[in-house]
Amino acid sequence: MTETILSVEGLEKHFPVTKGLFKSQVGAVKAVDGISFDVRKGETLGLVGESGCGKTTTGRLITRLIEPTGGKITFEGHDITHMKQGKLRPLRRDMQMIFQDPYSSLNPRHTVGAIVGAPFRIQGIETEQGTKKAVQDILELVGLNPEHYNRYPHEFSGGQRQRIGIARTLALKPKLIIADEPVSALDVSIQAQVVNLLEDLQNELDLTYVVIAHDLSVVRHISDRVAVMYLGKIVEVGERAGLYGSPMHPYTNALLSAVPIPDPKQREGRERIRLTGDVPSPLNPPPACRFHTRCWKAQEICKTQEPPLAELAPGHAVACHFPENAPSKTETPATVA
Amino acid sequence: MTFLQLNDLKVHFPTDDGLVKSVDGLSFQLERGKTLGIVGESGSGKSVTSLSILGLHKGGRAKISGEIWLDGEELVSASQEHVRSLRGKKMAMIFQDPLSAMHPYYTVGDQIIEAYRIHNDVSKKVAKKHAIDMLGRVGIPQPDRRVDSYPHEFSGGMRQRAMIAMALSCDPELLIADEPTTALDVTVQAQILDLMRDLQRDFNAALIIITHDLGVVAELSDDILVMYGGKCIEYGSADDIFERPEHPYTWGLLGSMPRLDREVTERLLPIKGSPPSLINVPSGCAFHPRCAFEPRTGGKGSTVVPDLVETEGGHLVRCHLSREERRDIWATEIKPKLES
Repeated sequence: MTETILSVEGLEKHFPVTKGLFKSQVGAVKAVDGISFDVRKGETLGLVGESGCGKTTTGRLITRLIEPTGGKITFEGHDITHMKQGKLRPLRRDMQMIFQDPYSSLNPRHTVGAIVGAPFRIQGIETEQGTKKAVQDILELVGLNPEHYNRYPHEFSGGQRQRIGIARTLALKPKLIIADEPVSALDVSIQAQVVNLLEDLQNELDLTYVVIAHDLSVVRHISDRVAVMYLGKIVEVGERAGLYGSPMHPYTNALLSAVPIPDPKQREGRERIRLTGDVPSPLNPPPACRFHTRCWKAQEICKTQEPPLAELAPGHAVACHFPENAPSKTETPATVA
Repeated sequence: MTFLQLNDLKVHFPTDDGLVKSVDGLSFQLERGKTLGIVGESGSGKSVTSLSILGLHKGGRAKISGEIWLDGEELVSASQEHVRSLRGKKMAMIFQDPLSAMHPYYTVGDQIIEAYRIHNDVSKKVAKKHAIDMLGRVGIPQPDRRVDSYPHEFSGGMRQRAMIAMALSCDPELLIADEPTTALDVTVQAQILDLMRDLQRDFNAALIIITHDLGVVAELSDDILVMYGGKCIEYGSADDIFERPEHPYTWGLLGSMPRLDREVTERLLPIKGSPPSLINVPSGCAFHPRCAFEPRTGGKGSTVVPDLVETEGGHLVRCHLSREERRDIWATEIKPKLES
């Protein structure tokens, strides 16, 4: 087994809900509520889920843009859970983020050169032939014209802007990149360009990705392993082929069957699972298994006991009392408390 | 007589930077009970087309020419008041973002009631009962209570259902849905698509669905129109477009999209470059700077605008390549890569 670059254990983020003049806490939004996973060196881990499931919060916790309320994050052997900003800064070189919206994540008053060169300045890094040369090399790497060094973000299209964002991310040759919805703001034809670019860069620069996205087909395309989140929990995690080929959690099944297939022939006769209702509020999530309110397999035990994330097949773990497609499938609870 | 027919519709906007040709000569037909999917990337003119049909560009800065025939009436030359009287009653629209399309100060019920009472001479009480009926029809639980809720009290999926209820309240014969599920999560999107399919069957309306998502179009459409740079570049039945596409841009769209129903491919096959600016549409075929097959047109690609020509049984393509060349390229170069 390859080396683990990032390890997350029982990570929690509860945003307090306050009320009144003295801001007494009346509750908490459990955006991320105890998740654990490892990221191996060189792989791409996909994090999927619907809006409000906590996938973006997870990305921001890993990069320490927000402070976790519980759990532990280990990056390359360093415990960074509550590390001070000053000590964290050198580590930031190795861990960078790509943002969703290429319009709001670039400062409109800075030139491309200043944006992509900022990491060198902040980290105080001297390069052999100067920062300008280094920046132009990176621009070329992501498929932009190095002569655009002095242009401003508004002169570029959405796809090009996303490339500028990627160039900034790559400036300091990071090891781990967290990409939060890297292509969802882009047109279909541009999405494919950026997906291919991310894959090329990974091969060339030996990068590790955590890709956060809601588009299941994009995640399937670029990930080696995939984790599915629902209301702040990981409900299933596994190798791409296993997770998409024989999903075990009913929620994963429902998600996959909800994706429209671009083939009019499959319109009829395709077996669909339709979930009713909406995702419950993370302010007051259902007890025990959080999916039981929408699950067609739910029984009494689902309302009283939370299913642990258990490995039922090699490298394929699921948190469900009645998993589907499980080896030696039984209709009895898969785990005994 | 055709229910909806567009003849050479042009919508141009004069701006300080030049003339923006958002829609540049668009023609199509649609019958009651049928669904047309309009596909294209941002800036291809798909939303402007729908707003023009509804007459929402009238009286503004837009220069509109051509003809829009709806059930025997021509709408481009009709007065604003007349089009207004048709809007809501005869034709209605479902917008992409229900939160910004609804008024935050009025309850969902009030907004449905207002639209209903403009077109029907009924009392508030009757209208409210109708609003409750409609909310129930689109699957909103406890409609008699939710009718008094404000839009912010609804979740995204419920808001989109309420929008659909509002659009359907006057039993329109033409329904235009502009990116109806883009703002929604995938499980909710599936619910809304099911709902639209069922309602269309019940109401027998003509439906135009505008989207960039080929999956959504494949789920709902009978016919598909692919737009690029303000023009229709390919038109055909859903089978034509997905099984026998003939335009290089359509191939590009299909190749750009990872698919769950097929094996994972090594690489996606994107289109190079980015969509054109409508102020400065490339000369000749608007797609030629991005087209991998442009060299095979013998220089015509950058100089001559190709015509929209029928290749077979209602399947129209706007391309300089000959029909044989296109079929050959699709069968030998594109299709095997998509299915490998």
